[in-house]
Amino acid sequence: MKLKFHAALAALLIGASGVLHAADVKLLNVSYDPTRELYEQYNVAFAKYWKEKTGDNVTIQQSHGGSGKQARSVIDGLGADVVTLALADDIDAIADKSKLIAPDWLARLPKNSSPYTSTIVFLVRKGNPKNIKDWDDLVRKGVSVVTPNPKTSGGARWNFIAAWEYAKRKYGGEAQAKDFVAKLYQNVPVLDSGARGSTTTFVERGVGDVLISWENEAFLAVKELGPDKFDIVAPPLSVLAEPSVAVVDKNVQRHKTEAVAKAYLEYLYSDVGQDIAGKNYYRPSEEKFAAKYASQFPKLELFTIDSAFGGWKNATQKFFVDGAIFDQIYLK
Amino acid sequence: MAQTNRSLIPGFRPALTFTIVYLSLLVLIPLSALLLKSLGYGPSQWFTLLTSPRVLAAFRVSLSTSLLAAAINVVFGLLLAWVLVRYPLPFKRVFDALIDLPFALPTAVAGIVLTAIYARNGWLGQYLEPLGFPVAFTPTGITVALIFIGMPFVVRTVQPVLQDLDPAEEEAASSLGASRLQVFTKIIFPNILPALLTGFALAFARGIGEYGSVIFIAGNRPLVSEVVPLLIMTKLEQYDYVGATVIGMAMLILSFALLLIINVLQAWTRRRAGAL
Amino acid sequence: MSTPMLTAARPAATARPQQEADWVRYALTGAALFVIALFLILPLLTVLVEGLRKGWDAYFSALVEPNTLSAIKLTLIVAAIAVPLNTVFGVAAAWTIARFEFTGKNILLTLIDLPFSVSPVIAGLVYVLIFGAQGWFGPWLMEHDVKILFAVPGLVLATVFVTFPFVARELIPLMQEQGRDEEEAALSLGASGWQMFFKVTLPNIKWALLYGVTLCNARAMGEFGAVSVVSGHIRGLTNTLPLHVEILYNEYNFAASFAVASLLALLAVTTLIFKSVLEWKQQQDRRVAIEESVQ
Repeated sequence: MKLKFHAALAALLIGASGVLHAADVKLLNVSYDPTRELYEQYNVAFAKYWKEKTGDNVTIQQSHGGSGKQARSVIDGLGADVVTLALADDIDAIADKSKLIAPDWLARLPKNSSPYTSTIVFLVRKGNPKNIKDWDDLVRKGVSVVTPNPKTSGGARWNFIAAWEYAKRKYGGEAQAKDFVAKLYQNVPVLDSGARGSTTTFVERGVGDVLISWENEAFLAVKELGPDKFDIVAPPLSVLAEPSVAVVDKNVQRHKTEAVAKAYLEYLYSDVGQDIAGKNYYRPSEEKFAAKYASQFPKLELFTIDSAFGGWKNATQKFFVDGAIFDQIYLK
Repeated sequence: MAQTNRSLIPGFRPALTFTIVYLSLLVLIPLSALLLKSLGYGPSQWFTLLTSPRVLAAFRVSLSTSLLAAAINVVFGLLLAWVLVRYPLPFKRVFDALIDLPFALPTAVAGIVLTAIYARNGWLGQYLEPLGFPVAFTPTGITVALIFIGMPFVVRTVQPVLQDLDPAEEEAASSLGASRLQVFTKIIFPNILPALLTGFALAFARGIGEYGSVIFIAGNRPLVSEVVPLLIMTKLEQYDYVGATVIGMAMLILSFALLLIINVLQAWTRRRAGAL
Repeated sequence: MSTPMLTAARPAATARPQQEADWVRYALTGAALFVIALFLILPLLTVLVEGLRKGWDAYFSALVEPNTLSAIKLTLIVAAIAVPLNTVFGVAAAWTIARFEFTGKNILLTLIDLPFSVSPVIAGLVYVLIFGAQGWFGPWLMEHDVKILFAVPGLVLATVFVTFPFVARELIPLMQEQGRDEEEAALSLGASGWQMFFKVTLPNIKWALLYGVTLCNARAMGEFGAVSVVSGHIRGLTNTLPLHVEILYNEYNFAASFAVASLLALLAVTTLIFKSVLEWKQQQDRRVAIEESVQ
């Protein structure tokens, strides 16, 4: 017992001395699945920048998982300094349920707090044997579609929204859109809980003719797992996916990391940050870098969640809460 | 709880106190937190949630796959126990030790590995799928995972009973002209039946709650291959804690009932063993 | 009352009348070997083959990668706290139940068994309800800067919960079978309570105790569902080995993922070998005891 007490005391002292010197800063970035490679590179760049600017050593710890699961962990007390999640709705949930983030967070950083954007595209097997060109091809009989579960995956919500909006525009109504997505999900043999799970299922397990995927995830899969095996197909219409970032106010106050956390997110908009985003197949938000990387991405018409549904809060209520449209299409 | 007959042996009070305090702190209080949270729903909300189509379907998937897996494990378990106890076999000790592998192998690893084996491009999946018998990402896959998880339970409950069977009874029966099959059905089977049932119930109880190994191979389609623990996870990730705890409580009540049945079966087993 | 499922297999009677026809015996043995090969050996082999897909160099570099090392360290720390706790509890519980008669014993036994049949997901969830920021003690813990969830204490708690009954279950049937005569004899010869425990009880239960600890340890190191709920998945900080396997898998690092998994499989196999040795030792002890009692 006495030994334990001494150990605890020693731990306390070590902890306290860390505060006194304040030269070593720790930052926890809680993020979603497909950003692993992006932040691995970005963290190195930011640490270098911060060292040059302030002389402090910053160590950035990363946590990755499904966007909803990550938001829940933060609500339950995971001490994130910054959250970089798949959609604004998950950060809203943190703001609503835990009050750790001020409600006006979306307006605090430029471009709706989205330093990089992406969209939803199709990944198909080499040569596109099922000739998949557009959303309509996903509801054809005999086409097997892989996408994650929108209840647990942020990426999957973007997928659902994009399919819905396409059908609504093409077939002229909500009822038709509902039929369309119902047919689409009938073609889905595996609903993984996260975007990465779905990519693995499609790529490694050989399931499905088409994977509905984040654009950056599709590019990464092609690069990592073989350009000779897959092709990327961009549908003519898709959604502008805006992954959001925010400082977790109450946590940075407690950790005394306000300045570094804010700088960490702001640096994402810098030339260096934007360049790293582009290199990792995200679409940089700043015009200069958007232009630089434009040739890398397919050209397609993109709608925004705000214009189509009046923001994520409405979309979530309409589609994804229990008993809403996503549940209904399975019960028909 | 009072000690009913005094004995010389010391340590009743401290041991009991420690047992109860530890049990309360680590199991009872946490589980009561589950109960309290689930009471955030009134009876009608409980009913509505538990009878909603997705929850019903998940319970149907979980119960049917664990039931089927447990039943198959009764056959496999009896077979393995029988061969390990009665027949000569080279490397018997190695095989016997391997039976416990599913206890010791982490469930997530089991899930990933079974998926790798049974997916359409896997070692076995590539032969099974063209035959119209897909395993991974179907309820069959869940059953396969649960067979793996539950196998040791039946083997380890039946094995000791088989070993303790009195050969004299069998010899007497066969000297009276009973065929080998008759000896098995009339003498051996009734004796090992309670142990088989216990093993079945244990494998079944474990199967209902299994998450790590199932999640990779299930396919997770609502109404088709979504299991109850996944539904709890899904509820959690939508911040519906009360809903999650209600489903959790329903599972807990189910588990508790199963445990009681197991305990009754075991008392029965012991009485029968005593009567022999 | 407690389940016999973990009790060590007794030595097979060697001279049993084998009356089945040869073909039945061969068919049954063949079928049994098939089941073992399909359900036990094939998964084990898959882990090793997939882990070695990129060669030995890749295999070893996956194992010495810093995040893997920190996952190994964390797993060892968690097991090093959880297993001794459950061991002490197991001995105390077995002592209470096997040595004394009291009302409520059956309820106590069922409650000890309970964590075993609770879904791991629920095991994680209950601690979130208590220690989470929205839970009972969350605000207080936050205020005093005490970390339980998403840190080592939370991982330990979840692990203790899922491995709770292992040691107790192993000891209870054995100690019930052994009875208390020897201990009472020691006491009547003037031994103190602790002397009796260390000189009589402990030697009698040592193999079962070790076996229980071994299985408890294997399960503690391999737990996935419960720790996944309370971990927070911070790289290099709160990822145990099974979680690290999942992460590597999600990073398209399949070979590395299986390499780390093979470490866990190796642990499982070591456990099984160790367990076999323990059983063999136990049989030796018993044989010696029987021979002594015969003489």
